[in-house]
Amino acid sequence: MNPPRLSIAFLFLLSWLGVFAQTQFAGFRELLGVPFSILPALIAYSALTHGLWTTTALAVVTGLWVDSLSASKLGVSVAPHFLLALLLHLRSHLILRDQRYAQFWIGFGSGAAIHVLVLLLLSAGQREPLTGWATFWQLPLLALMNGVACPAAFILFDALGLAFDYRPVFQSSFRNDRQTVRGRHDRIH
Amino acid sequence: MLKRPHYLALGGTLVLLLALLNLPASVAERLKLVVSGSFLPLFGLRSATHSFLDRASYQLLPRSVLIEELVKARLEISDLQATLLQSQEALGENARLRAALGNPPKGPWNRRFARVIGRDSTTWWRTLRIDLGSRDGIQPNQVVMTAAGLVGRVSQVGLTHSDVALVGDAECGVSVVVRETRDQGIIKAGQASSSEGGYVELSLLQNSPDVMAGQTILTSGLGGVFPSGIPVGVIQDSRAMEGGLFTSARVRLSAALNRLEEVWVLQP
Repeated sequence: MNPPRLSIAFLFLLSWLGVFAQTQFAGFRELLGVPFSILPALIAYSALTHGLWTTTALAVVTGLWVDSLSASKLGVSVAPHFLLALLLHLRSHLILRDQRYAQFWIGFGSGAAIHVLVLLLLSAGQREPLTGWATFWQLPLLALMNGVACPAAFILFDALGLAFDYRPVFQSSFRNDRQTVRGRHDRIH
Repeated sequence: MLKRPHYLALGGTLVLLLALLNLPASVAERLKLVVSGSFLPLFGLRSATHSFLDRASYQLLPRSVLIEELVKARLEISDLQATLLQSQEALGENARLRAALGNPPKGPWNRRFARVIGRDSTTWWRTLRIDLGSRDGIQPNQVVMTAAGLVGRVSQVGLTHSDVALVGDAECGVSVVVRETRDQGIIKAGQASSSEGGYVELSLLQNSPDVMAGQTILTSGLGGVFPSGIPVGVIQDSRAMEGGLFTSARVRLSAALNRLEEVWVLQP
């Protein structure tokens, strides 16, 4: 597995924009009660397609970015992001990552797991996070958002790969240097 | 199964995490500002896009609409000037009475206009970010409000931006008074519901059967952060708590916190 550097750069760029998007779109937040969040899906995509160090760096940097634009203590989001990334990376060979339904459920699970873990860590701190009955609506919605975002990330990065990388050479089973002579006793030269 | 690189990644992240979580509060806040500085180009781009769109919309507005708006604005100004004269008279009278009672005079609110440039990146806090920072004279604990009512207080100040803890967040407790009954209470941190960003819980210090829906909540001036008399909201419903020892009420905030685009910061 040796993803091109361009893909890694796009992954970090998309995560950076994703963190910024979480602070914007007031209308979306007012309508659904949650910010526009796709970062767990990107972490899951990275863990399934990129190397350990890229995924670790992405999880740490993304966690720091999220905390820097939030009232949370700096570093609280790093642990959930990293744990999920490590777990998925360790099991990546067992996961049917090319199947859309598998990508959806990985994104869904990642969205739910990261937000629940962050909430648990925040609850253990000095300041009590704002939770209530609405949390039972917010968590599934965040999970669903990431469930949709994960296959979308696979499609997007595949398209980017096709647009910017060398296309794989099509290899035919036919060889130009082989000649089949038809006759009574077929011979191959 | 974990291999050496996995252990290295795990150990490295753990060390970083422990270091970050054990930083002194002031250092952590500064580090946070440094990390959030990486988003300054995006916040700048957002502001520039908004300004451009505003200007473009002004260019597209027909002349007749502009003239109509101008006439309306002139009428509003003359109406406000009349109200201002009346208010100045009342303020003068208030100052004279305070002086007679030996109380220090109340200074006028010095407002500074700010734009909202972002909200908290998580679901678990009620904060937002404005485009004024320490270079604009913003300091922690300055009051943030709109023409409709109280918004919150400045919780953290960067060079070019500040974070505001909104009413209902754990960092923004507000001592309030019911205008009609003069009962005092505290706005608690809490989430009424996701779609009800405009509601907060009010806990009155004692049981008050006179408190009812439709009454207005104002800041009491106690606590030293919020000046008295700023509208906070209107009571929607109330109920007795803890066997009738005190009253709790649901308050609809006057300022629409979910739809804020511009705010005022009160400066001394």
